[in-house]
Amino acid sequence: MILTKKDVPNFLDSLKNNYQVFAPVKQDHYTEFKEIENGADAVLDYSNTKTPPKKILFPQSEKLYCYKVEENGVQMEEKADEQQKVIFGIRPCDAKSFTILDKVFDNNKYQDPYYLNRRKNTILVGIGCNAPESTCFCTSLGGGPFDTTGLDLLLVDIGDCYLVEVISEKGKNMLTSCKEAGEEDKKKASQVKENATLTTSINIEGIKEKLDNNFYNEIWDYISEKCIGCGSCTFSCPTCHCFDIVDETADSGGCRIRNWDSCMFPLFTLHGSGHNPRPSNKERFRNRIMHKFNYFVETNDITACVGCGRCIKNCPVNMDIREILEEIQGLEARSVS
Amino acid sequence: MQSITTAVQNSAKKLLEENKVDVVIGFKKGTIPLRSTPVFIRDSNDADKLEWNYYCENNLANYLRNKDQKIGVVVKGCDSRSIVALMKENQLTRDNLYLIGVPCSGMIDRKKVNRIIGDKEILETNCNEDSLIIKTKDSEQTIKLNEVMHNSCLKCNHKNPVIYDEMVAEPVSENSNTDFSEIKEFEEKPAEERKNFFIEELSKCIRCYACRNSCPMCYCQECFVDSTNPEWIGKSAENVQDNLFFQAVRVFHLAGRCVDCGACERACPMDINLGLLTRKLYKDTTEMFNTEAGANLEDAPALSTYNMDDPQPFLLKE
Repeated sequence: MILTKKDVPNFLDSLKNNYQVFAPVKQDHYTEFKEIENGADAVLDYSNTKTPPKKILFPQSEKLYCYKVEENGVQMEEKADEQQKVIFGIRPCDAKSFTILDKVFDNNKYQDPYYLNRRKNTILVGIGCNAPESTCFCTSLGGGPFDTTGLDLLLVDIGDCYLVEVISEKGKNMLTSCKEAGEEDKKKASQVKENATLTTSINIEGIKEKLDNNFYNEIWDYISEKCIGCGSCTFSCPTCHCFDIVDETADSGGCRIRNWDSCMFPLFTLHGSGHNPRPSNKERFRNRIMHKFNYFVETNDITACVGCGRCIKNCPVNMDIREILEEIQGLEARSVS
Repeated sequence: MQSITTAVQNSAKKLLEENKVDVVIGFKKGTIPLRSTPVFIRDSNDADKLEWNYYCENNLANYLRNKDQKIGVVVKGCDSRSIVALMKENQLTRDNLYLIGVPCSGMIDRKKVNRIIGDKEILETNCNEDSLIIKTKDSEQTIKLNEVMHNSCLKCNHKNPVIYDEMVAEPVSENSNTDFSEIKEFEEKPAEERKNFFIEELSKCIRCYACRNSCPMCYCQECFVDSTNPEWIGKSAENVQDNLFFQAVRVFHLAGRCVDCGACERACPMDINLGLLTRKLYKDTTEMFNTEAGANLEDAPALSTYNMDDPQPFLLKE
């Protein structure tokens, strides 16, 4: 299928009749995923958004329910989001991240209705990366600049128009008025894909075992030394999913709210007694790496990183996960006794 | 720049070889363009990793508290002033520090560069005397350095360290007067406009606390935002009022202590204009009490002394 670039605003406007449409829009000098007012606001010629579209399905702060104590008892109001959504122009790494989050919010122990409701009502229209950035390393984690994991449609920028690859039935049904792609278009698309090469990679082979065996290695003392313990990395990560539930109350009512949490914060593991099992940046930073490259692999058989590179770009002190993994790879793997 | 790099490396090497310090904290090459990154050097053979350039933007005073080692640290004007301010608060012992002083010509603000070149990836950069050359995939652009310097650096009047054990280069010339024109201009705007500006800015906040954690002066054992009993502030980032409240309290707590190094604004991943807030408080304390935080070892911190004739223009009624 073919979607010409000049038709995109109209296409998005028509989608708005049936869906909440989210797309990258300009904010300062970068782009962010926002619900768009007009189709023309969508910026598809972008590197990647500052923060991931994760927040659309799993908001940073989410009211689960609100309550009010009245004379005749407690009134409850559940906050269910039933709106149909389209995330338009999502990068393949971010689309893949939803398949990782699915494992957290939908497994044999627990199904999270808030996330899953949105997930089932959301169509993901991806845009391939003609020019991956130097901080991208998706191919090292099983993804790629034109990977279709998690997507319903994938747009490939071939100049004046996008070649649209149909991945799912849901996606196909959206394309009512698109013409078929010709041989020439298909040739251009495969050329574009061939030219989209990544400049960096990481080696995660055997990293889980290395981490298993080196929990107490002195490497953690110096690896985390320059980390200032903020949540910039975790909050810009498409796969980080830890949350905290709080009640925000005023007078006789209030709301139960789910907020993103960050394992880099001291409060994350602070016990009621005042004891903190992860008392310093060392333990917190180690946990962040362990969770992504060891614990999550153990439980879900997949690494909780898609190689989007946001943590590298957003870190105030230039902590670079690629360097850290390389250091860990350099460790002697002690045999498991 | 290269001569400063060499001098810093030599100094660090000597300090480590002679066991005068256990570690030297400075900057090494970062992993992305326009970035240097803090580094801890313990082996004199690693001293040649150290570098000095326009990308050494972090305030290294942030790494000095609660260390039981002798530390050599590379200091710009602002780092040295934060060290002075921390010493006055009994957080650092001068004898445990060896300050390698570097005259600073200012640091480059990546977001200003990005605003000029747009959403394109910077592949390579080159700096000379007064300009920065940026290479992207399909363009090369030369930008005047003063167009992309951090605001805090452009307004800085302590480019040279105020205390040091050695200076690795000749001092640079200082701005002769303190420029608060930007603040005065903002103060004159109607209250509604000022409020709207900050609401707009703080709506970008993701509450990662990078601003707080990058600040050498933010060292409360428990920050008020982390307190759960009582819960002073909501934890939700989508509540802009709470985001604004967080910044207001953060900045007020830094009044008379903040050296206006700009580390908070540099650390913000969302590029929120925090400098306007910190500089406003910096202006107020400087003008009202005629003292600049960390400028010298003698002055008592403005807010920890009291004189009967202290100005009180903030009182609504006297």
